[in-house]
Amino acid sequence: MKILVAVKRVIDYNVQIRVKEDGSGVVTDNVKMSTNPPDDNAIEEAVKIKEAGKATEVVAITVGEEKAQETVRKALAVGADRGIHVKADGVLEPLAVSKILQKVVDKEKPDLVFMGKQAIDDDCNQTGQMLSALLNWPQATFASKIDVKDNKLEVTREIDEGLETIEINVPAIVTCDLRLNEPRYASLPNIMKAKKKPIEEIAASDLGVDVSPRLEQIKVEEPPKRKAGIKVANVAELVQKLKNEAKVI
Amino acid sequence: MSRESMEYDVVIIGGGPSGLSTAIKLKQLDPNLNVCLLEKASEIGAHILSGNVFETRALDELLPNWKELNSPIKTKVIKEKFLFLGKTKSLSWPTWLLPAVQQNHKNYIISLANLCRWLGEQAEALGVEIFPGFPASEILYNEDGSVKGVATQDMGIDKEGNKKDSYEPGIELIGKVTVFAEGCRGHLGKQLIEKFELSKGKDPQQYGIGFKEIWEIEDKNHEEGLVMHTAGWPLDNNTYGGSFMYHAENKQVFLGYVIGLDYKNPHLSPYDEFQRFKTHPEIKKILEGGKRISYGARALIEGGFQSLPKMFMPGALLIGCDAGTLNMPKIKGSHTAMKSGIIAADTINEHLKENKDLSIYEDKFKNSWLHKELYQARNVKPSFSWGLILGIIFTGIDQILFRGKLPFTLKHKHADHQTLKPANQMPKIDYPKYDNVITFDKTSSVYLTGTNHADNQPVHLKLKDPDLPINYTLEKFDEPAQRYCPAGVYEVQKENDVNKFVINSQNCIHCKTCDIKEPSQNITWVTPEGSGGPRYGNM
Repeated sequence: MKILVAVKRVIDYNVQIRVKEDGSGVVTDNVKMSTNPPDDNAIEEAVKIKEAGKATEVVAITVGEEKAQETVRKALAVGADRGIHVKADGVLEPLAVSKILQKVVDKEKPDLVFMGKQAIDDDCNQTGQMLSALLNWPQATFASKIDVKDNKLEVTREIDEGLETIEINVPAIVTCDLRLNEPRYASLPNIMKAKKKPIEEIAASDLGVDVSPRLEQIKVEEPPKRKAGIKVANVAELVQKLKNEAKVI
Repeated sequence: MSRESMEYDVVIIGGGPSGLSTAIKLKQLDPNLNVCLLEKASEIGAHILSGNVFETRALDELLPNWKELNSPIKTKVIKEKFLFLGKTKSLSWPTWLLPAVQQNHKNYIISLANLCRWLGEQAEALGVEIFPGFPASEILYNEDGSVKGVATQDMGIDKEGNKKDSYEPGIELIGKVTVFAEGCRGHLGKQLIEKFELSKGKDPQQYGIGFKEIWEIEDKNHEEGLVMHTAGWPLDNNTYGGSFMYHAENKQVFLGYVIGLDYKNPHLSPYDEFQRFKTHPEIKKILEGGKRISYGARALIEGGFQSLPKMFMPGALLIGCDAGTLNMPKIKGSHTAMKSGIIAADTINEHLKENKDLSIYEDKFKNSWLHKELYQARNVKPSFSWGLILGIIFTGIDQILFRGKLPFTLKHKHADHQTLKPANQMPKIDYPKYDNVITFDKTSSVYLTGTNHADNQPVHLKLKDPDLPINYTLEKFDEPAQRYCPAGVYEVQKENDVNKFVINSQNCIHCKTCDIKEPSQNITWVTPEGSGGPRYGNM
């Protein structure tokens, strides 16, 4: 079994996001970038399945600008066998990315495609679902547990009501939740070895996919600042304020 | 369990200006050398914080074509101001009356973090292997006592010291020469200074704590290229310190405050002095209508010439602020750190090729402009132990009339941890409340640093005696860690009427002030798990 794992380069989750003054987006210059956190879980799970002898190859893929390749390199350092970098500049919407992934799936013929449930930058939560539709493959989203059983997967999903366990046929798409596993650290020797693993570079245009945005971004602004709270002296005052000022009771 | 090891010609600890300069120079001298560089931050630059007005002298030597290499050195200093602040008034000091070392017209306003990112790219292009996210936590020695290399921190250890599922043992990095370039108060450098008695015969080292905020200000208040320094308020005559405000590109100002860690009053809170400073009418009027976008703090090394340890030892070199090459009257340490790194590379190259002893570092240093610069600067900082006014008068005589050539050398008398007076003998300081417009509390400040440490890992601020903070330091000094820490790591909390010393190590921004100022030297800073600490952008 062969697993293709999609990873995305995003602003590191610890960084304080700052909106550009002209409202055209967020500041990314000299900002620490990292792999989208649930994508790390996707890679970890694929590597674990391979280590358990249930997969033969893990291929990491990213779509994006030159520097996006760092995320593939990191995936190679934690156990992926080889990488693919589809080069494309500018804003990439989920539809464009899923069309690119569809082309790569046609060529690579993996049995499973893993990726994070959503990216922490645009929070779209669409790429996996769109790819599933394009390929007409079954999908299991928000996976917090994956059992590989011959030609089937048993997947536990994190849903609003709790946990849902489903069984789907392979080939399939799985989008991964943060609770799926604890991603391993890349060790120094493995980082060194990863430098020698192959990464195939493909131009998005060579795949015949139109990546131009379908959405127009009008404005990016910061959420309104929360006002400081006040202390009330007693319950009566609280009730009075809830009634007359907040008007909630 | 035995660790894996990797061998290099040269292992460099720390990706700041000195370590990166060594790496680049080594590869220029001999492209075949195997050089690796370890950095504890998640990426090069993320733990770098500096003013910074940059003198290009060392960079001109290292990469003479830096202007063509798209370096982040863009904003030339075009105007300078020096203000003495009273509580509400200010006196502007004519810049022609400033010593030459404090004139900046040939210099640039830069972000040192960005300069390091760029130097990192140059080093990688030359074939240096850079490993961010890997703190060197332990020094390795050969049987003959010489330095063999370092080991990186184990990853995936829980609070109690047990191995988690994600446990990944550290790696031994063996170098023919190991270069320690950890910056001010490096935790391995400190061990080396002690083991090899590198400070023997030198004055005690002196430190300061520096704060920096980046503000985006209104167009009308912004003068790109303006460099302004202040002395005086809010500090009293006996506390060494001052501010900087550099108008950088993109309507940003780099605003900061430095206070000597030899202050005496345990009630003093360096953080609050900085916050209060911003409320001075001369400063406030520039910030008003603007927005604070970054915050950070870092200890800096101020002892200079008298306190500079020997920089070589068997198998290793100690360079940059890890040793203490900052030029205090110039308030600059980047070009001197870089030069010390360049000299280190020359030394190592001759050591490896011609089998010369590493002690040739000393001669190379003595024959360099770095030595001359530090020698001429040597009397300025100690003269301020007489107070601000006498310090300024003496500095005028020493730097303007004699250009640092007076035939004597003033001494630093005390280490910074020895200078605090008992709390009951010193006045309490009533700091104003934060207004959340110009001044802010520590929590919201630390939030801007992007600091994070993986939870469930051992506390990296070690107490030699865990009872001392409550049993001794609280009573005698009102536990000053609550105030000198710029990130609110240390708290004294009352639980059922019993005082408890709390260490919020996840907030630590790696400034090292506690390791320096704790009166009993009871706190030792060690490396946390890799990538932990702040994620500074253009600091």
